Amino acid sequence: MTAKTILSRPVYGTLSPQPGRNHLFVADAEGAAAILDMAKATPEGFFADAHIMFVPDDTGTNYVEAVKSLQPARFYQGPTIAAALPRLRQTLATAHMGLRIYLAGSEGLIGQAMQAAMEAGFDPSSIQTEHRGSLARRVQCVHCKGITENVTTQPVTCSHCGLLLLVRDHYSRRLAAFQGVCINAEDPTESPQAEEIFR
Amino acid sequence: MSAGTRKIDVIVTDVVPVNELVKRFHFQRTDGQLLPTFSGGAHVVVEMRDDDRTRLNPYSLMSSPLDTRDYTISVRRDDTGRGGSLFMHQRVNPGMRMVISSPVNLFSLDLRARKHLMIAGGIGITPFMAQTSQLAGDAGNFELHYTCRTETLATYADVLKGRYGRRIHLYRDDQGERLPLEQLLASQPLGTHLYICGPAGMIEWVRRTAAEAGWPDDTVHFEHFAAPQPGKPFDVTLAISGKQIRVSEQQSLLEAIEAAGIDPPYLCRGGVCGQCETKVISYDGNFLHNDHWLSEEEHQSGRKIMPCVSRFEGKSLVLER
Ligand code: FES
Repeated sequence: MTAKTILSRPVYGTLSPQPGRNHLFVADAEGAAAILDMAKATPEGFFADAHIMFVPDDTGTNYVEAVKSLQPARFYQGPTIAAALPRLRQTLATAHMGLRIYLAGSEGLIGQAMQAAMEAGFDPSSIQTEHRGSLARRVQCVHCKGITENVTTQPVTCSHCGLLLLVRDHYSRRLAAFQGVCINAEDPTESPQAEEIFR
Repeated sequence: MSAGTRKIDVIVTDVVPVNELVKRFHFQRTDGQLLPTFSGGAHVVVEMRDDDRTRLNPYSLMSSPLDTRDYTISVRRDDTGRGGSLFMHQRVNPGMRMVISSPVNLFSLDLRARKHLMIAGGIGITPFMAQTSQLAGDAGNFELHYTCRTETLATYADVLKGRYGRRIHLYRDDQGERLPLEQLLASQPLGTHLYICGPAGMIEWVRRTAAEAGWPDDTVHFEHFAAPQPGKPFDVTLAISGKQIRVSEQQSLLEAIEAAGIDPPYLCRGGVCGQCETKVISYDGNFLHNDHWLSEEEHQSGRKIMPCVSRFEGKSLVLER
């Protein structure tokens, strides 16, 4: 689980069924298990108007059938988060008040889906989130502004400008990314050992 | 007196009968200066000095927040109430000097909203008069649905229609017109906030329907000033000040405490702001809770009372005041 360190560090909860009739789920990988766990406690007919968007990632076909068996009104399976996001934006563009959003899985998925929901007019406090699986981070390099996906090490090399970055807990909801700051600006020859800490 | 209730000396510059039940009052500062800035949804507490007693009633400001040369309020006459509205209707005339509080807003717009959906019932229209002026000034996106008993009691419907045309929807009870609430709530774009002001029953209905339809609590705003109800007189012991007081039939508990020379905190005097919350030390009898502040459990617990609107019946009541 993620601990609260500084104010901007997102904290996640446990999915729980909200009042209303329209429910939109967006999950990747192990996030499917969070939906399945929640489904044990949902009232009859809860998924009748639900829409589930799922990116299995490295879980392959493990969860797909189980999620489909919830019989949501719509089910979408995407190859990557990047491919699912435009679909999510499209869905949100025609949605109405009363829609409830549930995000589950990696921080990258939760953050980017949250960003799309906020752009569509959602207040983050009304969105259910649950972190499952990988702790990999999306990191924005504060120097070149490039985003490096799936960061698991500390420090990490920026995939755009090549600077060695310290990954901070400082998080931007607007960018859906953690902040990466050059770790050896004083002496570029100094290069601390990279450790895999965001698995 | 209390936090946020700085007093302002005003002069009544106009009194306008609007329909058979409602009169509008205009105030300007006696020193000719501008009144304090306020935002749509704010109210002021008006002091009514009626021979030997002083009533303090909250009224929503309905004039445009963009113009603070004067404040206007509208008062609906309530023939069975404790006389505040009758005092305004019968005794207040142009030229009269009065004292009002600085504005306080417990019903403000959430300006992050993409759209503001407003639902008014009867005289609950007044805060929306100010809010729509404020939003129109910024090209804000709003829609107002207004329910009333009859066309002639649709206070300011004509003014609003003149200003905002099709953004104003009117439903007249006597014509069998009904607000299609479920449909309305189901068709709002994401980022809409809902505002409700009107009778308690209507607020209750709209809040419940919105919650069932999946609207998050943070997007639903409402205001209902409970008017203090008259009731049987009762005796109270104020433990800190060591006083025994009697709350008369037409007085609120808060007014009785004030009449004893004590200066308890308050802001809304309508059971919504929480400022006047008072601890109960002991009691023998029943509380008549009338506020929208304390939770159901707190009402049951017998440990707290909101003296601006709630009363008591029974043998004894000791308050920490
Ligand atoms: S003064 Fe606001 S609740 Fe009593």
